[in-house]
Amino acid sequence: MANTDLAETDLEFVTFSAGGQSFSIDIGQVREIRRWSPVTPLPHAPDEVLGVMNLRGSVIPIYDLAARFGLDRTPESPRNVVVIAMHGSQTVGLLVEAVSEILSVGRERIQETPDVRSDTARQTITGVITVDEGMTRVIDLAAVVQPRGKAAA
Amino acid sequence: MTPQSSIRDTFFEECEDLLEALAEGLAAMAGGARDTDTVNAVFRAVHSVKGGAGAFAMTDLVAFAHRFETVLDGVRSGTLDLTPEVMHTMQRSADHLADLVEAARNEDVLAADVSEAFLANLDQCLGAEPEALEMGDTPFDFAVIPLDFGDDPAPKEPAGHVIRFRPLQQLYANGHDPALLIAALHGLGPCEVALDLSALPDWEGPDALTPGLGWTLRLAGQESDTALQEIFEFVEGLCELDISPLEDAPAAVDPLPSVAAPPSPAPGPEAPSAAASAALKPDLAAGAESAEARGPKPTLRVDLDRVDRLINSVGELIINQAMIAQRLQDMALASDDDVSLHVEDYRLLARDIQEAVMAIRAQPVKPLFQRMSRILREAAEATGKSARLLTFGENTEVDKTVIERLADPLMHMIRNAVDHGLEGPDARRAAGKDGTGTIRLGAAHRSGSVIITIRDDGAGLNRPRILDIARRKGLVAPDADLADAEIDGLLFLPGFSTASSVSNLSGRGVGLDVVRNAVTALGGRISIASVPGQGTEFTISLPLTLAVMDGMVVSVAGQTMVVPITSILETIRPAPGDLHRVGTDDSLLSIRGRFIPTVDVARSLGFTDPSARADFPLLLLVEGENQSQCALVVDAVHDQRQVVIKGLDSNYGQVPGVSAATVLGDGQIALILDPDAIAAHRASPATSAAPRPPLFHADVHHGQH
Amino acid sequence: MTVKVLAIDDSRTIRSLVQKVMEDAGFDCICAEDGVDGIARFAEVAPDVVITDINMPNMDGYGVISSIRGGEVNQSVPILVLTTESADHLKARARAAGATGWIVKPFDDETIVSVVRRVTGAIG
Repeated sequence: MANTDLAETDLEFVTFSAGGQSFSIDIGQVREIRRWSPVTPLPHAPDEVLGVMNLRGSVIPIYDLAARFGLDRTPESPRNVVVIAMHGSQTVGLLVEAVSEILSVGRERIQETPDVRSDTARQTITGVITVDEGMTRVIDLAAVVQPRGKAAA
Repeated sequence: MTPQSSIRDTFFEECEDLLEALAEGLAAMAGGARDTDTVNAVFRAVHSVKGGAGAFAMTDLVAFAHRFETVLDGVRSGTLDLTPEVMHTMQRSADHLADLVEAARNEDVLAADVSEAFLANLDQCLGAEPEALEMGDTPFDFAVIPLDFGDDPAPKEPAGHVIRFRPLQQLYANGHDPALLIAALHGLGPCEVALDLSALPDWEGPDALTPGLGWTLRLAGQESDTALQEIFEFVEGLCELDISPLEDAPAAVDPLPSVAAPPSPAPGPEAPSAAASAALKPDLAAGAESAEARGPKPTLRVDLDRVDRLINSVGELIINQAMIAQRLQDMALASDDDVSLHVEDYRLLARDIQEAVMAIRAQPVKPLFQRMSRILREAAEATGKSARLLTFGENTEVDKTVIERLADPLMHMIRNAVDHGLEGPDARRAAGKDGTGTIRLGAAHRSGSVIITIRDDGAGLNRPRILDIARRKGLVAPDADLADAEIDGLLFLPGFSTASSVSNLSGRGVGLDVVRNAVTALGGRISIASVPGQGTEFTISLPLTLAVMDGMVVSVAGQTMVVPITSILETIRPAPGDLHRVGTDDSLLSIRGRFIPTVDVARSLGFTDPSARADFPLLLLVEGENQSQCALVVDAVHDQRQVVIKGLDSNYGQVPGVSAATVLGDGQIALILDPDAIAAHRASPATSAAPRPPLFHADVHHGQH
Repeated sequence: MTVKVLAIDDSRTIRSLVQKVMEDAGFDCICAEDGVDGIARFAEVAPDVVITDINMPNMDGYGVISSIRGGEVNQSVPILVLTTESADHLKARARAAGATGWIVKPFDDETIVSVVRRVTGAIG
């Protein structure tokens, strides 16, 4: 586990893997984690939007996080899970391969996103955190869902 | 004072009700009502707007409401004649008051000259008898009013005061407690209190209410008279009071003029305390009676979110019921099995709850209709026509959202009716009609729909001219032979504008096509009927609610989808000879001698079936915008059922060709198709052999790439 | 004992304002929306002080005062009238009707609280 000194931790993240990479999201944005269930595809949707699913009566879009970062679509697997997250009043689901852990880190351990070439990565990752086996990318949920969230405003 | 913004919101919500009551009352007065209740209600509405506005220091609003109130007070007291001019000014003032409220809500300021003009109009009403109105005419003051007390505050600063204080019975009756007054004096400084029993009446037993007890208080310190005055402010006239500077005390025994209190008259028969305790009953009875006679039914104000949450849960309940029913069906139980019977009861109960919940969102169209009378007045003024609005079925209830979204189209149609429907006064008289035109606005429930009608008694549609315009604009072929109804329908075509005459009213590029779009967006339809010389009637038919609708469940490219029943004209299983291929991609359906374009729903949604479709198993004949028809190609039609509408917008955004979604019995989501959008985006001329462009363009992926 | 205030006003805005100010000052505040309602609530809640508007439908403030003063319970409760007018004759009329005191609208928080304290002797 990467959380060592509780006294210094002030941020918590849920980390998960998608497309073989580790991502994380502020725990405050995560509502629940669900098993994958079939979705209803949406017409004319971009690649990463798998469709919509019924979450207790709300229709929520499911994004394939790997596809959103330009990686291959997440292959179907019974181990896949959907992270239900909220951005403002908008609820979305993120399809990931597996949820790894809850990470508690001090604010100072979040590093700025290194200068990468990928536009997507630059725009949708707010920082990286070093963990034992490498690093995890902190995603900016707003940026992940923004393009289609609120029309072209 | 910084009242919470939620109270500010309350104020504006309340203003809506008050302005509605005001409009209603004024309309009744314009119709001849002069009863006290009506006039009082009007007065009170303006008065309450003023009171609330004062609390938020909305100066313009307060000033105008005050002047308005003054005029109303004159009307109420009978000092001001309710001439047609005064009536007109009051109605226009009500409109202006609404504008001021709106401006205050938006923290806006209206142009000063506009307000000045309205104020001047009110002054003109008052001009007749300004004297009689002085009572309410004092300028409204925001400052805390300085308390006036007596006539002669001591000019010098005494070292203290001697206060002689003898309560009269009325002081006790008014809820005062001498002990509190004395305690308040203690708060000002060291105070010596002496009970003065000199005037005690000859009584046998203790009776706190018997006047006679008095006090002499010596208050040390440099207390200002103001502080003392404040303490005794409320008891002025209810006690014998004598306040004198301390050094004068010995001399102040008797003949000193009393500072404040002229001896109060003994409580007479008029005084409430003397009134028999039975007074409570008649008052209550009278109040209850009038409340019963004209008071509204008790209502409950609920946050809309809560209602919507409830509606959502009921939607879930219905879906849950459907799921259970489906499971049971799969289990192939006997239809008279206990469980099946209970589930049937469950279904009926769930529907009951749903209807009851939907009724919560329903609101009478009355406020909406009332706003229209203003629109009518403004339109009549702008066009120099004379018009009256008669409304029917104002208590017809419609879903709140429908009402909100109906406002603009209705407003446009009223303007349109005045501008284009009604003739000028001279033309009307020449035609043997009343110089004042009548526009009837009505609402009614009819078989699960709400019908709104807008009827004018004008000249009727000028069909030759409409046809002429449509031909010149290339909307119809020069040689087309159209029936009357078809000509009338041309009015709804985009780009058709009858505004050949100068008009800044119906103009602004808003045509009836916009009205029609707004209505169809609500799942409704609009139609038109006209009789030359007698007038034109528009009929809008709307669903009762936006939360559920009747849908046809279909399969498209392996997906289950729902098509609104309202747009389906018929279901067609085409015979081999009914379809005619045009070019490589398009087909026309031949039906009753006409050719109707077909749209492959799967392909238009981008769920392209790679193997080109050879046969069209099923077609849904739908009517799209412009009353044009097209046939939607689907794979299968399952059943017809009521579905709960779930928006896609809040969590995702708009999806072309799809209006919303619903949850099916198995918990899966089905998209609700928007036939208008699908039909509107079908390939242009059906004869084109060129490869068809995608129905929906790159703007779908806005912001991407 | 917390002081119980009964606020009677047909304006939701004023009711809310009075309630907020009273509650901020540590008083309990019960609201009624017209005179008839007010009298009904009066019997139920036995308030320590009544604050009433004058111009109301169904029963006006004067009616409220005379119903309470002429009633059989709690008839000498302090009654304060809310009035938009500062005119002396209106104060005189309220007093003659049996009002304990008055508050001129628009009121500020401190004034209304101090007046309530003055007539009830309440500290908080």
